[in-house]
Amino acid sequence: MDTVQYLDDHGKPLRDIPLSHEELLQGYRALRRARHFDERALVLQRQGRLGVYPPFRGQEAAQVGVALCLKADHDWLLPSYRESAAALTFGMPISKLILSWRADPAGWGAPPDVNMVQFYIPIATQIPQAAGVAHAQRLLGKDAVAAVFIGDGGTSEGDFHEGLNFASVFNAPLLVVVQNNGWAISVPTQKQMKVQRIAQKAQGYGIPGVTVDGNDLVAVWSVAREAVARARQGEGPTLIEALTYRVAPHTSSDDPSRYRTEEETERWLKRDPILRMKNCLLHLGLWSEAQEAELTEALEGEFLAAVEEADQAKEPRPWEIVEQVYLEMQPDQLAAWKYLRGEA
Amino acid sequence: MIAERETRVLNNVQAINEALDLALAQDPRVVVFGEDVGRMGGVFRASDGLQQKYGEQRVFDTPLAESGIVGFGIGLAMAGLRPVAEIQFAGFLYPALDQILSHLGRMRHRTRGRFTVPMVIRAPYGGGVKTPEQHADSPEAVLCHVPGVKVVIPASPERAKGLLLSAIEDPDPVFFLEAIKLYRGVKGEVPEGYYTLPLGKARVVREGQAASLFCYGGMVEVCQKAAEVAAREGVGLEVVDLETLVPLDTETIVASVQKTGRAVVVYEAMRTGGFGAEIAARIAEEALDYLQAPIVRVAGWDAPYPPFSAVENYYRPDAKRVLEAVRKVLTH
Repeated sequence: MDTVQYLDDHGKPLRDIPLSHEELLQGYRALRRARHFDERALVLQRQGRLGVYPPFRGQEAAQVGVALCLKADHDWLLPSYRESAAALTFGMPISKLILSWRADPAGWGAPPDVNMVQFYIPIATQIPQAAGVAHAQRLLGKDAVAAVFIGDGGTSEGDFHEGLNFASVFNAPLLVVVQNNGWAISVPTQKQMKVQRIAQKAQGYGIPGVTVDGNDLVAVWSVAREAVARARQGEGPTLIEALTYRVAPHTSSDDPSRYRTEEETERWLKRDPILRMKNCLLHLGLWSEAQEAELTEALEGEFLAAVEEADQAKEPRPWEIVEQVYLEMQPDQLAAWKYLRGEA
Repeated sequence: MIAERETRVLNNVQAINEALDLALAQDPRVVVFGEDVGRMGGVFRASDGLQQKYGEQRVFDTPLAESGIVGFGIGLAMAGLRPVAEIQFAGFLYPALDQILSHLGRMRHRTRGRFTVPMVIRAPYGGGVKTPEQHADSPEAVLCHVPGVKVVIPASPERAKGLLLSAIEDPDPVFFLEAIKLYRGVKGEVPEGYYTLPLGKARVVREGQAASLFCYGGMVEVCQKAAEVAAREGVGLEVVDLETLVPLDTETIVASVQKTGRAVVVYEAMRTGGFGAEIAARIAEEALDYLQAPIVRVAGWDAPYPPFSAVENYYRPDAKRVLEAVRKVLTH
């Protein structure tokens, strides 16, 4: 199977780019914004101002490229914990993401105009749900689509199969995006599956499967755009395999030196999606170092404002433990609620 | 109001079918799905005729995959529909436990109310009809241990219809377990038209002074039989059908114990860690001073439900074992 690619490893276009100059600039800014968040989130984590955090460095293009094709108040995003970049690009406020990774309930709900389900921790469970969300759009007469993300390890779960099978049988408008990032914590992809390409699995469901260079924003964006268009037209789901690499640890608690070599990481760092996109813009004469500096400053300002906003969120109160379990508190929750408030 | 309505004699399956029919007619968001529920109308015919009436968009067959069915339903519900899924037998729910434990019950909580799952999962449960292996399980205790769900187990056609309509209207996920033995084993007057019965309420189905029998689903019939036998010997037993296990109507349970002073808890699942233990614990916590004898449980043995029908009646509690327990609490 071919890997869809538009930029070479240095960002030089290999063929005609199906994106406008405005879109290329928008895409680059989104990548930089995601990277900025990731870098600063790790700093916050080390300062003790964030909980365990799963970084996505190196996987920005694979997430941003898909999210750029979706409308937050119309389409749906069901991300796993690694997809803060997708969430950010889709429309989740930075302050909410910070609160979410602080394990603060104030960060658990997306705003009403952002159809993103809180990051999924169990692996692949969101795929049957995404198929349901997508199928519901058709039953409701909408042309909205759902996009769901997992990693390569997630394809080993039964729910990957059940979800793809449901989506294909019901022709649901769904994008299943697998970020094949080489590792499921310490287990390499070769020990996860025997097939060469995850996209080949699509054949088993009678749906299109495509492998894309996940570090090439132009390629991911184009492939996702096509899949979204097909889904909106009622042509069913697509399995997208984005070949990428987790250059960062699994989480802020992980030590990847126990299971992989620095050389491997170095190799992938040279294929950095942001560097490639920047070189592409420079090649096309669309970008300058002055613009770069201006962007960095703007991103830092935005981030700091978001941290300030997150810091202002009230600490969750003990009785919130039993709130939002049911729409109306049932007798057992009510009793606990009163106890936690010191009223009983 | 319901009492004034015309009634018809139906069995449990017919009552459930009628509830599904009315829900589909009343609310366009309702969809009914599962393995065999469409064309065939369900293995027990609970959805008989509904696909013909409402079309394949609203009543549909799914691939044979329990995790898929529950997960798909969660997605439909989050997107604004009112899914009613059927799992062919409650003993087949196990592959879906990840969806149930990780998401069904806690989606509201983990998204702070942004996404909710107003879904009903119907599943036949329990023994007494000589089914093959795994078809007679009673996994209600497992389901009751999931935060954020409700668990309802009706025992009569009238209750089944009204409770199922309530479950479908409910804003939170509801397990609706239907005793296989009662599907065609009980008949009763069922009010015409759409009506709901409140979830979370137990009902005293027979009044008595000597001892209280706490039961639900398939065991209500067994306890009523035991109470009839006892009545012939001059012993008045009170039979309380719990009907909703979560949320549990502790008030009605405690009131009954306050009246009789003796409690027997009857359920057909394995005894250890079964839901009867929860009832016994609540009685001990809230009505210990009224007890004149230790609480006795009558339940399945600590073994899988026997896959050989010749001996299943030794596993599943019957009136004889209930009466033995009654004797125990009366002679303490």
